[in-house]
Amino acid sequence: MRNAILAALAAVLLAASSARAQGPVYAITPELEAAARREGKLVYYTSIDLKVAEDLAKAFERRYPEIKVHVERNGAERQFSKIGQEYSSRIYNVDTVNSSDAAHFIFWKREGWLAPALPDEVRRLYPAGSYDPEGHHAPMRASPSVIAYNTTLVPAAEAPRSFRDLLDPKWRGKLVKAHPGYSGTILTATFQIGRDVGWDFLEKLAGQQVMQVQSATEPPRKLIAGERQVMVDGNEYIVLLEQARGAPLAIVYPTEGTPMVIGPSGVMKNARNPNAARLFHAWSFGLEAQQLAVDAGGLRSFHPGVKEPAGRKPLSEIKLMKDDPVAVEKDVEQIKARYLRHFRT
Amino acid sequence: MTTVADSFARRAGAGPDLSGPVLVAAALFLAGLIGLPIGWIAAFAFSDRDGAPTLANFIRLLEDPTLSEPLTTTLALSCCVAALAALTAAPLAWMVARTDMPGRRVARVLMTASFVTPPFLGAIAWEILAAPNSGILNRLWRDLTGAADPLFDVYSFGGLVFVIACYTAPYVFVVLSNALDRIPADLEDAAGILGAPRWRIVLGVTLPLALPALLAGTAVAFLQAMTLFGSPAILAIPAGFHTITTKIYTLFQFPPKPQIAAAAALPLLLVTIALLWLQARILGRRGYAVIGGKGSAPRPVRLGAWRWPACLLVFALLALPLFLPYMALLKAAISRLPAGPFDPANLTLAHVAFVFLEFSQTRDAFANTFLLALSTASAGSLLALVVAYVAARRADLPGRALEFLAMAPIAIPGVVLGVGLFLAYTRGPVVLYGTLWILFLAFLTIELPAAFQQLRAAFRGLHPELEEASRILGAGRLQTLRRITAPLLKGGVIAGWCLIFIGTVRELSAAVMLSSSTTKVLSVVIFDLNESGNLGAIAVIGVAMLLVTFAVVGFANWLTGAAGGARPQPT
Repeated sequence: MRNAILAALAAVLLAASSARAQGPVYAITPELEAAARREGKLVYYTSIDLKVAEDLAKAFERRYPEIKVHVERNGAERQFSKIGQEYSSRIYNVDTVNSSDAAHFIFWKREGWLAPALPDEVRRLYPAGSYDPEGHHAPMRASPSVIAYNTTLVPAAEAPRSFRDLLDPKWRGKLVKAHPGYSGTILTATFQIGRDVGWDFLEKLAGQQVMQVQSATEPPRKLIAGERQVMVDGNEYIVLLEQARGAPLAIVYPTEGTPMVIGPSGVMKNARNPNAARLFHAWSFGLEAQQLAVDAGGLRSFHPGVKEPAGRKPLSEIKLMKDDPVAVEKDVEQIKARYLRHFRT
Repeated sequence: MTTVADSFARRAGAGPDLSGPVLVAAALFLAGLIGLPIGWIAAFAFSDRDGAPTLANFIRLLEDPTLSEPLTTTLALSCCVAALAALTAAPLAWMVARTDMPGRRVARVLMTASFVTPPFLGAIAWEILAAPNSGILNRLWRDLTGAADPLFDVYSFGGLVFVIACYTAPYVFVVLSNALDRIPADLEDAAGILGAPRWRIVLGVTLPLALPALLAGTAVAFLQAMTLFGSPAILAIPAGFHTITTKIYTLFQFPPKPQIAAAAALPLLLVTIALLWLQARILGRRGYAVIGGKGSAPRPVRLGAWRWPACLLVFALLALPLFLPYMALLKAAISRLPAGPFDPANLTLAHVAFVFLEFSQTRDAFANTFLLALSTASAGSLLALVVAYVAARRADLPGRALEFLAMAPIAIPGVVLGVGLFLAYTRGPVVLYGTLWILFLAFLTIELPAAFQQLRAAFRGLHPELEEASRILGAGRLQTLRRITAPLLKGGVIAGWCLIFIGTVRELSAAVMLSSSTTKVLSVVIFDLNESGNLGAIAVIGVAMLLVTFAVVGFANWLTGAAGGARPQPT
């Protein structure tokens, strides 16, 4: 009798959980894996550093050798243009997308381009509020945009401590920064700097003969080459990776606060390989992929099981600026126009 | 089989009436190929977002400094490049074509070889060489002199002028040296007999005779500089300015503003047409002087003690577009730091491994690029052959109209064509965006004029008497075509084929607008890699791409045989 009650209870619970499975939440099941294998490939658009993206793809292909990942890496803003262009021509090439500009997901969700796909692991383990409860996007990665300098060219005592320090005439012609018209990281960071440090800072910075590059992955490379001494902005993860390889770089978390850039992922509604896309999407939020992104990619993760490598400053000890994709989405044209006025490109 | 030959012979007996239907078909095809994108550009330039007619786009072009400044910058840039290219190429061409300078044959081959180098690859190589602080040359300069300032900053207006001139001077050089080859010696001899010193002969006789060619080549350099996209995109953005082509490109950021982009493209088209018209007038008026000569072979000027200094100067100049950049690329391909010191600790095979083992786009991009290059070159040289055949056989108005259509794309800058094709083929009825076809059409259009010019020259050099002699001796028309006409044209066809092949591989400005993630070509892959600063991977892909191109072009030239050597004559 008791067993019968338990069985009935279990049946009710099971029914409830499968009813929830009708919603956005899904897990990696053998059925999903089989369906993904039948598709055999997926197209992954991402703005993450090319090498890191290819590493992730290779790790997935090792786990699922029957499924080929086609990586298409572009700066987030160019990726946004590309997807916009393709969708207006009814070309549904991209299956799953990752962008360093969280504002893009607000636009895509509003346009109805994203599928509701919330990996079970994200719902169970990721902090509430970090992902869209309707499952259109979730934070695959995060990385602050930091100040950094070449330690062979700048002694630690001379190094800047804040954004405003960079206005010192001694940095004239010695700075490099990336471009918000191209990089989602920099667009987000520019918004946060404009809000928290002030646009007058950016206007004065433009008078410092700053070298402009496009991607947020490039400023650290210009420092290593010795082309410039200090980077105003750029990906923390590239600096961490290069430090690990022995490059003479040091990070500064500015006293005004460090811009925080979250890179969500989503699955496209019109994906041509929907099962492979969902499989890759769910896999990329799992511990294996997240730990890889942190270890080999220098990224920050929202997965509570991930272990930070020794020597990296934990996010909790960094004064972070607040990210606000809704405001970025609303102000994007204005941010770009203002930037163009000051920096001329 | 015989019936085909018979009917061919019968029809041939009645004259070249085959040209009728061919003419109509070719004309319709060309009109569509060129008319469609240009029509869309004109339509968009004069309409607002809702499609209502307006002049507002042009008013904005004049009033908005973020649009008008790039226009004036571009014009200034093109003038400087044209002047610099002409000033360096003219003495070079004279020394190679008209003097007894040692190594002049090698110099000519090398100069032509710098065509194969895509300008954007040259720009990236020059970043490695002359970035103000990390550039190899600037480092050497500082080490040698102890100076604090760089010798040369490639991220500047002057730097951009220099780098573009490196890859446009060869155009002036080839046009001019070909013209100098044809200037007969007797005019110079006459001046010499009348007692003029050597420098007066050069300035008073040779230069005026070569002036039309010099002006024509300079006009080409101007147009190249004006319409180039890759080099400014790579060098001008770090320098903090836009040219009109990079500006047009940013206008396609989402949400795209094709109306403004189309309006910004029209001035380029107008300047090009004006310049080509001017060029045709200059050449038309002055050209007779050369043709009027008696045709005695040019005799080289003796340089005497200046032979070796001249040779040194020529090869020092060749270092700028060729030796230095190629060395920089080779070094970057196997170095951890592209511009780092020459030392074994800096060596790595990581870039090679990344490009060929890890990078998932490598294989597709190589396949796409060379598939497109082969098909465009084959279809393009066939089309050029047909048009040149019809144009050579018919001097009437339809024939000339066809010739005009085949030459018209030369007036359409790559970026403009890219905009036009994008507008034409992303909306119904035929959506080609996202396929290789749209790239094929773009490349075919862009490269047609060069191949057509090549073949027109070949047909003009073909005396009808040779064919007539063959016919009189009893050969059929088909046999004459096979045994006389075809072998004589082979050199021209293969030269045209090579020109299209090279041009397709190095095309970026239209490709960057038209390629999608599944239809990427190498030029676009390199452009993308540059945006994230992966210089090592670029160097590996660039070197591999050049090797394949040289191999294919070398093979094609080998097919022609040593005697009929195809020497591409760029426009």
